[in-house]
Amino acid sequence: MGASQTRSDHEHQHLTDKTGFSLEQIKNLHKRFQQLSGNEETISKEDLDRIPALANNPIKKQIIGAFFDKRNQHQDEVGSCDEIGFEQFLMVMSHFRPPTLKTTDEEKEAMRKEKLRFLFNMHDTDNDGTITLEEYRKVVEELLSKSGAIGQEAAKAIADAAMLEVASTNVPHMAPDDFYEGITFEHFEQILKGLEMESRMHIRFLDVDTTTMRCGKSTS
Amino acid sequence: MTSRRGSHSPAGFGKSLPERGLLLLVLLVLLEGSVLPLGAAGSPDTSHHTKAGNSAGNGTGNVTHKKAFPVLSLDYHHIQTPFEISLWVLLASLMKLGFHLIPRLSGIVPESCLLIVVGLMVGGLIKLAGEEVPPVLDSQFFFLCLLPPIILDAGYFLPIRPFMENLGTILIFAVIGTLWNAFFIGGLLYAVCQIQPANPSNLHQLELLPCLLFGSIVSAVDPVAVLAVFEEIHINELLHILVFGESLLNDAVTVVLYHLFEEFSEVGTVTVLDCVLGIISFLVVACGGVLVGAIYGILAAFTSRFTSHTRVIEPLFVFVYSYMAYLSAEMFHLSGIMALIACGAVMRPYVEANISHKSHTTIKYFLKMWSSVSETLIFIFLGVATVDGKHDWNWTFVTVTVILCLVARVIGVVGLTYMINKFRIVKLTTKDQFIIAYGGLRGAIAFSLGFLLKKELFPLREMFLTAIITVIFFTVFVQGMTIKPLVELLAVKKKQEAKRSINEEIHTQFLDHLLTGIEDICGHYGHHHWKDKLNRFNKKYVKKCLIAGERSKEPQLIAFYHKLEMKQAIELVESGGGVKMPSAMPSTVSMQNIQPKKPPLAKPVERALPQLPKGREEEIRKILRSNLQRTRQRLRSYNRHTLVADPYEDGLGDLLIKKQKMIELEKKIKDMNNYLTVPAAPPDSPTMCRARLASDPQAYHTKSVSDSVPAIQVDLASPQSPDSVNMMDEFRRAGQQQQQQEDQGLTMRPPSRPGEAGGARDPQKLTRCLSDPGPSADEEEDEPFLP
Repeated sequence: MGASQTRSDHEHQHLTDKTGFSLEQIKNLHKRFQQLSGNEETISKEDLDRIPALANNPIKKQIIGAFFDKRNQHQDEVGSCDEIGFEQFLMVMSHFRPPTLKTTDEEKEAMRKEKLRFLFNMHDTDNDGTITLEEYRKVVEELLSKSGAIGQEAAKAIADAAMLEVASTNVPHMAPDDFYEGITFEHFEQILKGLEMESRMHIRFLDVDTTTMRCGKSTS
Repeated sequence: MTSRRGSHSPAGFGKSLPERGLLLLVLLVLLEGSVLPLGAAGSPDTSHHTKAGNSAGNGTGNVTHKKAFPVLSLDYHHIQTPFEISLWVLLASLMKLGFHLIPRLSGIVPESCLLIVVGLMVGGLIKLAGEEVPPVLDSQFFFLCLLPPIILDAGYFLPIRPFMENLGTILIFAVIGTLWNAFFIGGLLYAVCQIQPANPSNLHQLELLPCLLFGSIVSAVDPVAVLAVFEEIHINELLHILVFGESLLNDAVTVVLYHLFEEFSEVGTVTVLDCVLGIISFLVVACGGVLVGAIYGILAAFTSRFTSHTRVIEPLFVFVYSYMAYLSAEMFHLSGIMALIACGAVMRPYVEANISHKSHTTIKYFLKMWSSVSETLIFIFLGVATVDGKHDWNWTFVTVTVILCLVARVIGVVGLTYMINKFRIVKLTTKDQFIIAYGGLRGAIAFSLGFLLKKELFPLREMFLTAIITVIFFTVFVQGMTIKPLVELLAVKKKQEAKRSINEEIHTQFLDHLLTGIEDICGHYGHHHWKDKLNRFNKKYVKKCLIAGERSKEPQLIAFYHKLEMKQAIELVESGGGVKMPSAMPSTVSMQNIQPKKPPLAKPVERALPQLPKGREEEIRKILRSNLQRTRQRLRSYNRHTLVADPYEDGLGDLLIKKQKMIELEKKIKDMNNYLTVPAAPPDSPTMCRARLASDPQAYHTKSVSDSVPAIQVDLASPQSPDSVNMMDEFRRAGQQQQQQEDQGLTMRPPSRPGEAGGARDPQKLTRCLSDPGPSADEEEDEPFLP
C-alpha cells in the first residue's frame, strides 16, 4: 500500500503540472475514476453510460462522446478512442476549471478559447472545422429531445434561425448566390463572446472526499 | 394661470430650449408652492366665510332672507385631500419632465439630488407663506403607499439568474454586514457620547440601547436610493445585483433589530434569552415574509390560468395579489419587502405564460409608472420634511455619525469580501469592493423609521432625525454625484447592452445540461445538479397546475424563440415591412444563403428577364407568407360578429402547424426561386394578382407540385378583391390584420372588412398603436423557473 501510494503520488504530481488541478482534487478524481471503472485502468463508454443521474440528461451522448474525443486531449490527434485512462479523463475535466484571482487577463483569454474549443468540438462531429446546418440542427434537436413531438418540429426552425443569425452577424453582406458553409471557430467565438465562458463554464471541484457520500456511488 | 404656463410651452426648439426649460421649471415650482399653502389655508378661509355669512344672516333678524342662488361658489374643503395629493403627484411628474428638458444637468447631477432640492424649495416656499407644512413623510403613508410600488417593480423584474447565483454573497452582505454596521455605529456612538465628562451635554443622557437603535436605523442600505443612483450609472450586472440585492434583503434585519431595540428600550435591559429570541425572530421574519409572498404568488399564478376570457383585468390580479402579500406580511410584522419580492419573483414565470401580450405590456408600464412617481415623490418629500422638522443640531453627534457610517461600511465590506472570496468562484476584486462600499446609500426608509420613534421613549428624537437626514443628504448628494465619475475613472465594467440572441440562449441551455452532466460524472451534487432537479420538478408538476393549456408543456427554448419571433414580427410591421424578418441586423443574408444548394435547374430563359432586387424578393415572400397566415384565420371565422382568432393566444399546436406549413412553403419558394427572381411583371399584371390571391398557392408555382402543397380551399366569399393593385394595400392589410389581432384583448368589435377599410388605415397609425414608446424596451424575457 505504501509503495503504490508514493508511486501514484509521483504520477499525480506530474498531472498537477499538466492539468492545473491541485493534488487533493486529483486524488478525489482518481477515486471517482476507480469507482466508475470498477478498479480498472481504463473506462469505456458503457461505464459512463451506467451513471444513473445522466439518464435524464438530453445531451448525454454528446457529453460521453466528448470524453472519448481525441481532439480534447490537446495533442493534435483526431478521432475517438474506445477507452480512456485516468490522464485523459483528467485532461477533459481540466476544461472545467474556474479562473482564480491570480489568473491574468491573457490566461483568461486562453482559458476562454480552450473552453469554447471544447464546445465547438462537441458540435462539430465530423471534424471538418465548421459546424454545418445539419450538425447544428442535430444539436438543437438533442436539446429538445426530452420534450416530445413539439420539440422536434420547432427544433429545425430554431436551428435555422440561429444559423441565420450567425451568418448575418459575421458575414453581413452576402450576395444572393453565396453559400454560408458553416460556423467556423472564429464565428463561434464571435457569437458567444457575450457569455463570458471562462466564468460560466466551470464546476466546483471539491477538495473533500466525495466517494464517501451517497451520491458518489455509481452502479457497478 | 394656465395661460401663463401656456405661453411658455416649448413653442420653439433649439438653443432657447434649455432656457425655456429652466424658466418653466422655476415657474412651476413657484406655482405649486403658491397653490399648496392656499390649499392649506383654504379650509380655514371657507369656514371663516361661512361663519361670517351665518352671523350676517342671523344679525339681520329672524327673517330669513332669500339669498341669491349661488351660481358659482368655492368649496375647497370638499375636495381638499385628493386635490392636494394630485397636486403633489403633478408636481413630481412635472419635475421629472423638466429635468430631462435641461440636457446638461441630468448628466452631472443624479435625479434624486435634484428632487431633494426641489423638495427643499417647495418646503421653503410653504414655510415662507406662513403655512404649516403638511406632514408628508408620514410613516403610514410612506410604508403603505409610497414604498410598495417601487419594491414590486424591483421584485417583478428581478433578474433571477444572477440573483440566485450570488445569493450567498448577497445574504452575507445583507445580514452580517447590516448587523456589523448597526453594532459598530451604535456602540462607538455611545462610547463617543460618554467621552466628555468635563463638559456635560445632553449627549450624556443617551443610553446604550437608544444608540444601538439609532445604529440599526441608520445602517441599512436603502433600495430606493440605490435604485435611483445605480440606474443611471449602468454598472455591470454583478455589482448591481450585489448592492441592490443587499438593499432588499437587509429589510428583514432592519425590521428585527428595530423592533428588538424598541422593545428593550422600554425595559432597559437585555438578557441572553432576548438575544436568542431575537435570532429566532429574525429567521421567522425573513422566512415568514418569503413564505407569505410565495403563497400569494402561487395564488396569483393559479388565478391567471383562468383569465383567458377576461384579459382586461389580468394586470389587476398581479397588482392586487402583490399588494395583499405586502399588507399581510406587515400585519404580522414580517418583512413586507421580502414578501413583495418573493411574490413577484414566484408568480412571474407562470403569469407571463398565461397572460396576453398586451397585459404583459400593461403590467410593465404600470409598474414602471407607479414606481417612478413614488420614487420622485419620496425624494421631494424628503426635501420638504427636512425644512419642516424641528431640528436639533449637535455637531459632535452628527459628524461622528457620518464618519462612522462611512468607516463601518468600508470595514464591513472589506472584511466580508475577504471571507466570501474563499468560497466564491468569480472573486470580487478591489474595484468591486470599492463600488460596493461606495454604493451603500441611505434613504427615506431610515428617515421614516426614525420618524416612527416615540418622543416619550426617546427624548433625543430630534437629534436622531437631524443626524439621519444629514447622513441621507451626505450619501445621496456626495456619493450619488461622485459615483458616476468614479466609475468612469476606475474603468469599472459596464452593463452590456446587447440583447439575448437565440444562439446565446441555445448555448446557455446547452451549458446547463453539460455542466450538470459533468457534475454527475464527477459524482458530487453541486449547484447545477440541484438546479436541474428543481427545473424538472417544476416542469413535471408545477407548470401543469399553474399554466393554462398547451403552454405548460412548452420547453423553455421554444418559448424563448416564439417570443423572439413575436417581437420581430411586431418590429416588422412597425418598420413598414422593409426589414428582413429573422435578423435584426441589416444584412443581406437570407435563408437561401444557408440552405445547402441544390443543383440549379436548367432554365436559361429566366436570366433574360431582369432580376428582382433582393429586398423586393423578400417583400414578396413576406406578403405571400402573411397572406397565407391571414387566409387561414379568415377562413376559420368569417362571421362578422366573431373575432378573428389571435394566433398567439390560441394554443401552441395551431401556431406550430402554421409554422410547419410556412417552413414547407419556404422550401417550396426556395425551390422555385427561379420564379421569384423572375417576375419583372408590373404590380397589376395578372401574375401579381394571382400571387396576391394567396389563398391559392398554386398561383406561384410554375411546376405542378400540387400534391404536396397543403391544399387551402378558396372561399369565394373571401373579401379579398382581386382588383386591388397597390402593393401598399398589402402592407396596410397585413398591418391591419395584426391590428385586429392585437386589439382583441381590449375591445370587442367585428372585424371590419379589409376591402372597405383598407384605405382608411395608415401604416403610420399602426406604428403608433403598436409601438412601445417606452424608455427601456428591453426587459428580461422569459426564463425558466431557475434560469
